[in-house]
Amino acid sequence: MTAKSIRERLSGNEAVAIAMRQINPDVMAAFPITPSTEIPQYFSTFVANGQVDTEFVPVESEHSAMSACVGSEAAGARTVTATSSCGLALMWEELYIAASCRLPIALACVNRALSGPININCDHSDSMGARDSGWIQIYSENNQEAYDNFVQAYRIAENENVRLPIMICQDGFITSHAVENISLIDDKDVKDFVGEYNPSEYMLNKDHSMAVGPYDVPAFYMEHKKQQAVAMENAKQVILDVAAEFEKMTGRKYSLFETYKLDDAECAIVIINSAAGTAKDAIDKLREKGKKVGLLKIRVFRPFPADEIAEALKNVKAIAVMDRCEGFSAQGGPLGAEIKSALFNHCSTAKVINYIYGIGGRDVRVENIEEVYEALFNVIKSGNIGQAYRYLSLRD
Amino acid sequence: MANFKEIMSRPERLTGGHRMCAGCGGTIAVRNVLKALNPEDRAVIANATGCLEVSTFMYPYTAWKDSYIHNAFENAGATLSGVEAAYNVMKRKGKIDDTYKFIAFGGDGGTYDIGFQSLSGAMERNHDMVYVCYDNGAYMNTGIQRSSATPMYADTTTTPAGKVSDGKMQNRKDLAEIIASHHIPYVAQTTFLGNFKDLHEKAEKAIYTKGAAFLNIMAPCPRGWRYPTENIMDMCKLGVETCYWPLFEVIDGKWLLSYKPKNKLPIEEFLKPQGRFKHLFKKGNEHLIEQFQKEVDDRWEQLLKFCEV
Repeated sequence: MTAKSIRERLSGNEAVAIAMRQINPDVMAAFPITPSTEIPQYFSTFVANGQVDTEFVPVESEHSAMSACVGSEAAGARTVTATSSCGLALMWEELYIAASCRLPIALACVNRALSGPININCDHSDSMGARDSGWIQIYSENNQEAYDNFVQAYRIAENENVRLPIMICQDGFITSHAVENISLIDDKDVKDFVGEYNPSEYMLNKDHSMAVGPYDVPAFYMEHKKQQAVAMENAKQVILDVAAEFEKMTGRKYSLFETYKLDDAECAIVIINSAAGTAKDAIDKLREKGKKVGLLKIRVFRPFPADEIAEALKNVKAIAVMDRCEGFSAQGGPLGAEIKSALFNHCSTAKVINYIYGIGGRDVRVENIEEVYEALFNVIKSGNIGQAYRYLSLRD
Repeated sequence: MANFKEIMSRPERLTGGHRMCAGCGGTIAVRNVLKALNPEDRAVIANATGCLEVSTFMYPYTAWKDSYIHNAFENAGATLSGVEAAYNVMKRKGKIDDTYKFIAFGGDGGTYDIGFQSLSGAMERNHDMVYVCYDNGAYMNTGIQRSSATPMYADTTTTPAGKVSDGKMQNRKDLAEIIASHHIPYVAQTTFLGNFKDLHEKAEKAIYTKGAAFLNIMAPCPRGWRYPTENIMDMCKLGVETCYWPLFEVIDGKWLLSYKPKNKLPIEEFLKPQGRFKHLFKKGNEHLIEQFQKEVDDRWEQLLKFCEV
């Protein structure tokens, strides 16, 4: 480890706000919404105390937040925002525009259920709703990961082969508000790691003006979409390269996903964000009893590392894909669909159950995860999947 | 001010060859607002979705000499807020030397209606920018549907005059007054008259007043209003002489009347040449014209009070 590590105790929101201070972006445009509100609050204090050079634009809605971000980033400024839930939903139109204009904006998404009914607690329906918008999506199990992922965000988004916006997601309240031990990186090391933003094309370039956001006819629209799709494919290698550099600096290793005791596992669950920590506890308990159980935790959901996931799961007999989000497809959630499609392309014969769990902030306990593994062993034993689409911890 | 003739012969910043209709008020508004920019100053133009956008920036061609951004229909105000914020920080950091000005263009749909919140937010935050509404009184790009800027009784495709309908049943929103209530440094209303001096002077003040400024420009649409294309200047003159479209400024909260007709013309003079008001001139509909006249008179009297004339 080359960099100086600073021991701290911080909430996830505070950790992300500190990453933003260290990055010192040019513009932040944001609107408050629980549970991400603290991020622009902390950041406003940094602005008020002259700790950053950033222009803070306190817009009148999340739609205007992302609209201002599009204007600012297109003008040539490194731009940041934060939101949750309905705020992200209100940005929906603008998310697509930011991505199609190839603007590497970074967004801190603090995952919260979508209305209605209104609910302020954690689930992933907000960012999952934005999964097809052309944004890179990286998820974080805990405060440390939220911080580390944010430090890596611009290096990925601004890479010339990518140039796409990026959202760094963490679980509302569970990690955004819970205070945990964390290792921060020295300010100067973050600054050096992230580097200056010098875009090749921008509106305030005095050498040539630039027009952004054309009317695109059928003769061009499809090629533009293909370019975006290629950029998203390119992002995968860039994410790995940036992670390797980050590991050199901090000693903390990141990849497209994390596996936990998966190598010899008969049963595995695939999960996103904070509940992975709970699942690891359940795995440790079950391993003590000799049960071969493991886990695959998604870090990068967009681009979706389908081949790598299928490879990692190739020896597993039964899999539970855990969606903290309904899809209303009448057959499961969005992660379920992605995983099953990845397995199908690799001719997997694994039995797959898709669970909807923890939505609207429903608690996920170690014993709930143990139940899931028990169900998987039953599937292996009987050879029947039974219900392939289930709810976990649903009250009668 | 530089010599007016010289100003009017400044190079066009919106070049020809775009696809707007002949006689379109929107492009006349844009060209004349941009003429108020000092030639050495740079600008970033934001544009709400509408005729102007889809006809001037069709990939891979742009008619705009300055940097230009079209984001969406309802957010030209917020988009330009972000550009202005970027400029401030980049200038502070020494990344830019040049002087840039920020001008948004939106039709009445993108300004009075769907973009109203975004506009209000940008004005309240007092960004150093000008928002220009080219008001043609309906959603012309999608095919002449009513807006909150559409005058009462106008026949539009969503308020058609019919056996039991007299056209749009509601009054027009007064947006300049609403924006003036944001207490920004400069608000003005104008249109195309004579040698365009009124429009030019207001555009120059709007651009070179520090802080947020709003210009409301009546910009007739021959397709939507249904009058012969070549008569646009007559339409504007009648709008002003009937006091349907008064010319005024609000400078730091002080209302100033720019022009008071010597003989205020009856509203029929403005309505009659327009196909969208044809049904008002059918026998038995005299009371509709009376009602229209009363509304114009009431608003004019109120404006005179604001201006302490």
